[in-house]
Amino acid sequence: MSVNSRRVRAIVRKELRDFRRNRSLTVGMAIIPVLFCVQPLVAVFTLDPAASTTLRHQHVLLYMLGIPALVPSFVAAYSVVGERQQGTLEPVLTTPIRREELLLGKALAALLPSLAVAYVVYGLFLACVELFAAPVVASALIRLPDLLAQLFFTPLLAGWSIWLAILISTRSNDIRVAQQFAMLASLPSIAVTTLVGLNVIKVSLVAGLVAAAALLLLNWIGWRFVSAIFDREQLIIGTK
Amino acid sequence: MPLTPENGVEIRRRISIMPESPGLYLRLSVVENLECFAELYETPDPTDRIDRALRAVNLVDRAGDACGALSKGLRQRVALARALLSDPEILFLDEPTAGLDPAAARDVHELIVALSRSGVTIFLTTHRLEEAERLCTRVAILNTTLRTIGRPAELRDQLFARTLTVKTLAPLGDPGLVFGDLPAVDGWHQDGPVAYVLTISDAAVAAPAVTRALVRAGADVLSISESRYSLEDVYFELIDENETAHGE
Repeated sequence: MSVNSRRVRAIVRKELRDFRRNRSLTVGMAIIPVLFCVQPLVAVFTLDPAASTTLRHQHVLLYMLGIPALVPSFVAAYSVVGERQQGTLEPVLTTPIRREELLLGKALAALLPSLAVAYVVYGLFLACVELFAAPVVASALIRLPDLLAQLFFTPLLAGWSIWLAILISTRSNDIRVAQQFAMLASLPSIAVTTLVGLNVIKVSLVAGLVAAAALLLLNWIGWRFVSAIFDREQLIIGTK
Repeated sequence: MPLTPENGVEIRRRISIMPESPGLYLRLSVVENLECFAELYETPDPTDRIDRALRAVNLVDRAGDACGALSKGLRQRVALARALLSDPEILFLDEPTAGLDPAAARDVHELIVALSRSGVTIFLTTHRLEEAERLCTRVAILNTTLRTIGRPAELRDQLFARTLTVKTLAPLGDPGLVFGDLPAVDGWHQDGPVAYVLTISDAAVAAPAVTRALVRAGADVLSISESRYSLEDVYFELIDENETAHGE
């Protein structure tokens, strides 16, 4: 099956325009990173420099991977059920677009702003740590392996959250319920990254690469699976 | 082309649908809505096509407005413009004039007629029977189930006998002698003191013959008219038949 990039781009462009003007979505996307940043920043600023030895054996900043896990789920959960409630899905489903293209477009539209938010917030967090935390604490926190993990796992975790959220969105009748369930579904990812960050789960480079490959595969499976169960006719005639 | 899921993309490329609820992205402008759909249909030269569609529904001056700021009637017109973007071979219109003022409804009717004349097959769903009668070459009447389907004239002929109503200034002396042996007149009955209803098979043959017979009889003719049954009459006749059948 070939994917028509023009149709995918049309969905992405439309979704991004719509997101930008949807105040409840933009506020929701902004609140989650703020909640994630404030408490850790306060903790880092008040940290005793002596604690830097312990920090060197942990990957505390992986905690920030919660942002790409949560933010896109909030947006993606809206994507199908939101359109259904507004009555805008029916006209789209009667166009030549394939369900795989529609869902890919929606996923990319949720992914792009989420990546931007996740990377920008992470950058700001690092800048604050570098500028305002004790130098030994900053050097203990900011390390290359953690930066690389953040760089590569951000899109992978975001993608996984998006497919879970779209799956929930296709099966929901209410936007709020879909968003709540989608955020709940993202919690296991956050739990795993937090346990890795606290060194409860020890991860080697090989294990990290395997996890990345597994997430990439899960993203592909997620796309195919959600596409397969996306019942176009049922969504048009509106029966459950 | 077989109507199979494998041909779904090609089938959807040839059709277009305007649902009863316009289903527009209210936070997007009229043009942004149309741009999205022009791309989904892979329309060549989308800017020109959007401009033509907007002209067809008289919305060029509102192109930059957010759809959420438009009235219901204008939203209907945007939805119609959207349905025209792909130059469809088959167009499904669900209550296209619902909520429109008479002038806007007339514009939509004219557009539908023009599309039909240009070769587009149009499926029109409507509760307004005069709209169906005016615009449709074939009509299907549904009341829970499909009750009947055919050309409006055929449906009338199926359900109602064709009649001529003759009104005279004074009662005829011997109506049986006047109407008794005329071509294409199958029977007659009196409907009031000076009105006569003639059951006919062909109005083009019967009406001149009746006129000549009345003149020969020296009658002062007030009117001779063919009884016209509307689609609404057909609908109610069908519903009555249904209720009678269920009552029995």
